[in-house]
Order: sequence, then structure tokens, then C-alpha cells
Amino acid sequence: MTALSITPTAADTTLHETPGGRIWRRFLANPIACVSLVIIVCFAVIAIGTALLGAGGWHWPYDPNLTNLEQKLLPPSPLHWLGTDNLGRDVFSRMLNGASISLFVGLIAVAVSLGIGVVVGAIAGYFGGLTDTILMRSVDALICFPTFFLILTAVAILGPSLLNIVVIIGLVSWTGTARLVRGEFLTIRETEYVKGARVLGQKDWKIIFRHILPNASAPIFVTAVLGIPDAILTEAGLSFLGFGVQPPQATWGNIIADSKTYLLEAWWLILFPGMAIFIASLAFYLAGDALREAAQSRE
Amino acid sequence: MSAFIIRRLCLTVVLLFIISIISFFIVTLTPGSPYPWGELNPKISAEVKANFRKKFHLDRPLPEQYAFIMRDLFHGDLRSVKDDRPVLSRIIERLPATLALNFTAMLISLSFGTLLGVYAARHAGHWQDILGSFVAFLFIALPGFWISYLIVIGLVKAFGVPILGTQSYGIDFPNALAAGLDRIWHLLIPAIVLSIGGIASQSRYLRASMIETLREDYIRTARSKGLSEEVTLYKHALRNSIRPLITGIGMLLPGLLSGSVIIENIFAYPGLGRLGYEAVLERDYPTLVALNFVVAALVLLGNLLSDLLYAIVDKRVRLE
Amino acid sequence: MLSIRDLKIGFSSGDSVTPALRGVSLELGRGETLAIVGESGSGKSVTALAITRLLPSPPAVYEEGSIYFEGNDLLKASDAELRRVRGGKIAYIFQEPSTSLNPVYTIRSQIAEMIQLHRPDVGKDRKSIDAEVIHWLDAVGIHEAARRLHDYPHQLSGGMQQRVMIAMALSARPDLLIADEPTTALDVTIQAQILDKLRELQRELGMAVLLITHNFAIIRGLARNVAVMYRGEVVEQGETEQVLREPRHPYTKALIACIPRLGDKRRRPPTIGNLEAL
Repeated sequence: MTALSITPTAADTTLHETPGGRIWRRFLANPIACVSLVIIVCFAVIAIGTALLGAGGWHWPYDPNLTNLEQKLLPPSPLHWLGTDNLGRDVFSRMLNGASISLFVGLIAVAVSLGIGVVVGAIAGYFGGLTDTILMRSVDALICFPTFFLILTAVAILGPSLLNIVVIIGLVSWTGTARLVRGEFLTIRETEYVKGARVLGQKDWKIIFRHILPNASAPIFVTAVLGIPDAILTEAGLSFLGFGVQPPQATWGNIIADSKTYLLEAWWLILFPGMAIFIASLAFYLAGDALREAAQSRE
Repeated sequence: MSAFIIRRLCLTVVLLFIISIISFFIVTLTPGSPYPWGELNPKISAEVKANFRKKFHLDRPLPEQYAFIMRDLFHGDLRSVKDDRPVLSRIIERLPATLALNFTAMLISLSFGTLLGVYAARHAGHWQDILGSFVAFLFIALPGFWISYLIVIGLVKAFGVPILGTQSYGIDFPNALAAGLDRIWHLLIPAIVLSIGGIASQSRYLRASMIETLREDYIRTARSKGLSEEVTLYKHALRNSIRPLITGIGMLLPGLLSGSVIIENIFAYPGLGRLGYEAVLERDYPTLVALNFVVAALVLLGNLLSDLLYAIVDKRVRLE
Repeated sequence: MLSIRDLKIGFSSGDSVTPALRGVSLELGRGETLAIVGESGSGKSVTALAITRLLPSPPAVYEEGSIYFEGNDLLKASDAELRRVRGGKIAYIFQEPSTSLNPVYTIRSQIAEMIQLHRPDVGKDRKSIDAEVIHWLDAVGIHEAARRLHDYPHQLSGGMQQRVMIAMALSARPDLLIADEPTTALDVTIQAQILDKLRELQRELGMAVLLITHNFAIIRGLARNVAVMYRGEVVEQGETEQVLREPRHPYTKALIACIPRLGDKRRRPPTIGNLEAL
């Protein structure tokens, strides 16, 4: 037997860990996860920073909407780090703004989809029976619709504005969350503490919010993180087709779309925005996957 | 087996019905003008608007509208706003191209996804597995339009290799085989780009499933029989691991069709995705309603087929 | 034929390695039957699986020792050599027949696989293979074998599944059959039948049998020699009759005392006490 010691050992610290803390620790132990997190943080800082500065009227390095036809279609140079587009606008500045849009789209679309998905899934999973069957069959039907066709249809009717797009994307992506949440609820509903709460006569809403939902929060959070790059990629695709955010507002997708006719001469107009989309999405996917591993692994 | 088929068919019919309702509601319930030319356009007289409303039954109550639209659709009376041709015939025109593209993409996704998944599962926990996961996420994060554009620029503009459309124009092919190969060539690149995301997702499903299967006792039995690791993996383990792959098809098919909107656009491939794009530009709502219905129905049928095929492979499913 | 010398195996988890076998030595000659008896955790299954390196290698760690089979040390054998021995020379039957057979293949195809791999003397055509499969299904006592050829494992009872496993193992005509708790998961009535069948087949085929069990009662008449294992070591070895009559090790004595006997007047079942001191 080891002698009693007052200096904390590793065993001591893990005893006092919260579940969140444990997940966080495992997450940080993964090098890929750390790199992704750094990228995400940079992305967020750039996005928020640019938005705030832009709201205050400061632009760096250039005003993204400032056109200068004499400077159009310049390749990357020390003056214009990523070149200029067909209207002479600085690509780098436009991309910084694009970051804000992408982050906004990612967060709001996920918020919408999470809101709907959690509610539907919770109701189906908690009440079960006929409610569950009806809701889930409807979800099954909805999943059959390729989301892009739905989005295009809605955009055709409502018109492409940033808010419309964000809400529409959220409206077509909640089905996965709903299924997940339903599954979690079905399992957690059968646990002893939930049964106990019901026996004690607790109201359904209370049980859902105080007992079940917190225990399902890890997978829900993972889904949210993984939903952000989905939304960003969808918005980029929409913008590329011309149905996303309209110019002159800059998103990574519409920088590429704007310059479709010049793409042969101006390779920088497609390479950099595309890379940005790719790297941002990859970072979120890797982080989300690492989070899922951290939440699931048994130690 | 027949009980299973009947049950699946009934479910399919029910879902098809729900799909039709949803398709109908998307357009009808979305706030906004039903007129393709905008509500307040002064050039359009009230009479034209009234005719339009009559033609599309917009004055009747909703359930009747639904019934009318369904009937019109299948009788070929639902006509496109653009050229007044029956919507259904426009769709059927493009259907073979879309089916060819998506079916090919699905095959590529399933086969390469399986290979990648088995590779990762076999070396689970080691660097090969981590590499496999990383590659999978690389694929998922890759914006389809980006990679497509780079390919088009590279091959078409830089090297002059024709890949747009379904066939090379302006070239006389000596025989049907050459023409056929040309068509396959034009199909292949878009299908490969389309399948990239699918390869990734299917490989993840298979890897997880395979790792579970490899823990089973009968895998130990297979090894104790002196079977090589390849035979153990591909004969004994794989057949027991494909269930998630089949359910994965349920998510794969809508994903492929979604992706084909952009891919068909870039590669000038005349399929349903392209039709959707054009319909949005023209605000051709009848086409859009029908299109949503048709693609969803295609997904549903695809699921039905894959479930039936799976039931042939694994008899236990039929007893469920 | 089989000679295990001072085998030490551990299981790693995280940074530590937990010892499972602490130096096991056993000998088995051609055509002989050896029973390894012990409680769960004694290391008997680990010993059995280690012989052809069937233990999943992380986490198993082969620390020391050698396993000589017909002159070759299997622990140092190449993968190809190992595959030749598995099935063809050393065949296994496992404890849980319901999970040890592949659920998506017919019993015919699983037995045929064994035959095609290890029996070059059987013709490659369907008829010859079917005939051989039926022969072995008969031999293990499955009635109307021809009709059961295309059955799936889940369509058979536990006892039948185990018979199929035995048929599959024997169809390769191995020199050694390793039976890891073959009857533990079965009904008591079926147990006796399976064990009788094993005894019969062993006599007919003249193969060696390594029988792993926790049940002392079943080895009589089946195993000439017995090795008693406790906590990763062999604590007593010898001829079965001898050991049963005059057990020397306290653990063996306790194990034997646990065998239920008709007319046993003791009211409380004996327990194997804490043998830390060993």
C-alpha cells in the first residue's frame, strides 16, 4: 500500500473531473484535433474581427467593395496578396469578408436545424407510440429529398438573401439531428433515473429538459459542430451557382462564381477561395470527429 | 420472403404519398409570389393573372389543388411555364442521363468506400487507420464545384481534352464501340467527382461495422481453419458488415442527386440537376414541384431496391 | 508431438502488462488425450489459443517460452507455416457454437471450405465435396445430414451446432483437436452425448485431443492425463485416475471436492478458499 500523500497525483485530478472536462482533456490529447481547433479559432477571430471592423467602417487591407477597373485581374503581388478580381477589387479583402459570411451561415443554419431537430426528435423519442411513428415516417420521407433541390426551390420562390439562405439551409438539414436525438431519448428514457422522475410525478417538460437533454448533450453538440461545415459547403455551392448571397457582398463561393468567365486567365480567383472553403470545412470536420471520439471512448 | 417484400412495398407506397404531399406543399405554402414574373409587375394585366390562377387551380382549396397537380403531373398536363411542354416529358428526357451518372457514382462510392473501409478496419488503431480517416475527411471537405472546376480548367482549357456534355461533338467515331467508349469517358469524370463524398462516408460506415464484426467468434474460427487474412476479411467478415452500407445508401442517394446539381452544371451534363438549375432561373414552379417529387421518388425506389438486394444476401433480414 | 515449454504470456492494457501464463509446460503425444482443468481465469483457454497464436496480438504479449509441434516452434513460425498448421494439423472447437459459426453461410459451405483447404485427396467437384461433408455430419451424429446441408447455423439447436463445429474441425483430419470448453454452453443432457461422440471419434481417428474444461467430472474416461491449472501455472499433472484418487496439491483437492456426488451428505457445498499463499 502506498503511503498517504497530500500532494495531488494524477489519480486525484481525474477523480474531480467533470464529464465535460474529461472530454476536453481527451480532445486536447489528439494532435489533429488541436491543429483543427487552432484553425477554427483563427477563422472565428478573422470572421468576427472583420465584421466588427467593417461595421465600424474600417477596412483592411482594402475596402472589399472598392472597384478599380484599371487594376482588374491582377495576379497575386505584394500590393494585392491574392490578386484582384474582374472589377479590380482586392481578393484578399473580399475573402476576409467572406469568412464572416461563412461563419454566420454556419452558426445560424446549425442553430435553426438544431432547434427544429432537437424538438422533433425529443417529442418522438420521449412520447413514442403513434407520435413517434408519424413523426419518424415523415422524417423518413423528408430525408428522401435531395437537399439541393429543396433549397433551390425555396430560393426560387423567396429570393436569395443572406437571411433567407441561412434559414432555408437550416430548414432542410434538421432530419439527421432529429433521428439522433430520438435515438438518444429512446435510450435515456429507459434509464433508472428517468423512470424514477416519472414515478415521482415530475412533469414531462421538466423531465425532458432537466434529465434527458443534458445527458444527450454531447452527441447533439458533436452534430452541431459537424453541421457547420455542411452549411458552409452548401452556401458555397449555392453562391457558386449564383443563387446564394448576391454580389457585391462577398462570400467565398461567389468570388468564384463572379469570375467564371475569367477563370482561365485568373487562376487565383478560384484557387484561394476554394482553398479557404476546403480548409475551414476540413478543420471543422476533423474537430467534430475528434470530439465524437473523445466523448465516446471508454477509459 | 414474400411477407418481407409486401411489407417493404407498403412502406414505400406510404412514403411515396407523403413525399408527394411534401413536394406539393413546398411550393404552395412557401410565402412568396406564385407568378413567375413577380407579383407587382405592372406589365402583366389582371386578366393574365386570372388565367394563370385558373390554369394552376390556385383558387381552389388546398387538398383540391394537390389532387389537381398530381393528376396533371401524371397525365402530362402539368406544363412548364417556360415552353408549355408537359413537365413530365421534360423530366423523362433527362432521366436516363441522371440515372447513368448517379448509378455510376454510387457504384464507385460503394466499391472504393468498401476498400478504404476494410483497409482502415484491418489496421484499426494503427497509422493506416488514422491515414484512412484523414483521407475520408479530406474527401468530405472538398468542395465538389472547386475540384470540378480545377479539372475542367486543367483538362479542357489547358490540354484540350473534351469532357463536357455526354459526348464529344465534332468528332466522327468509326464505330459504335468507339462512340460508346466516348460516352463512358464523358460520364466517368463527373461520376468520379460526384462519388468522392460518398467514398468517404461509406468507408466510415464500413470501417465501424467491420471493426465490430472482427471481434466476433466466427472470425476466430475462420482463422483457426487456416484461412488467410484476406479470405477471412473479404469472405467472412465483409459479408457480415455490409448492413450499415445498405442503410448508408439511404443517405448516399439524396446526397448524390444533390451534388449532381452542381456537377451537371459544371460539366454541362444534361440531367435532372441541370433541369433544376434552369427551372430556378426561369421560376418554373410546375417543373420544380414535379422535379422534387421525382428525385425524392427515385431515392425511395433506390432504397427499396437496395433493401431487397440485401435481403437476398442476408437471410436473417427476412425474418425481422 | 506437442510440447509447450515454459510459456509466459501477458495482456497489455495502457502501460502495464498483466501476466496470464506464468511459465506453463505441457507435453502431449500422438493420439493421446490431455485435459486441462481449472477455474475461469486460470489461463487454460489462453494456453489453448496460444498454441496456434490465435490470441489477438495486441493485447496479448508472448513474453517467453516455446511451443513445439512436430519439431517446429510455432511461436517462431512464419505466417505461411502457421496457416498450414491451423486446421490441417491442429483444429479447434470452441465454447459457444452459436457464435462460432458464420451466420451468413450454410453449414455445408463452411465445412466444404475446410475440406477444400486441407484435403487434397477429396475431389474438387461438388458431388465429391458434398459426399465428404455428409460423411462427417453423419459421423458426428446428425440425422438426415443430406437434408441439412443447406441449413444456416441459426436454424440448428445448440447441440447440433456444436456437432457441426466438430464435423468441420475433423473433416480436415487434424493430428490434434483442441476442444475449448466444448460442452459448457450446452444442456447437461446434450453434454453427455457430445462427449461420448468425441470419445468415439477420437478412438476411430486416432487423433490427439486437448480438452479444456473447468469441470473435473467430465474428463473421466475421456482423458488419460490431466493438468490442473491455477492462476497461470500448472499446479499438478499426471494420469487422471491417479490424480483423482490421490490429489497432492491443495487446489486440486478442493476442485475434486467440488464435484457433486449422489449421496453426498454434506449440507454446504465446498468452496475453494483463498489460496493466496500458493
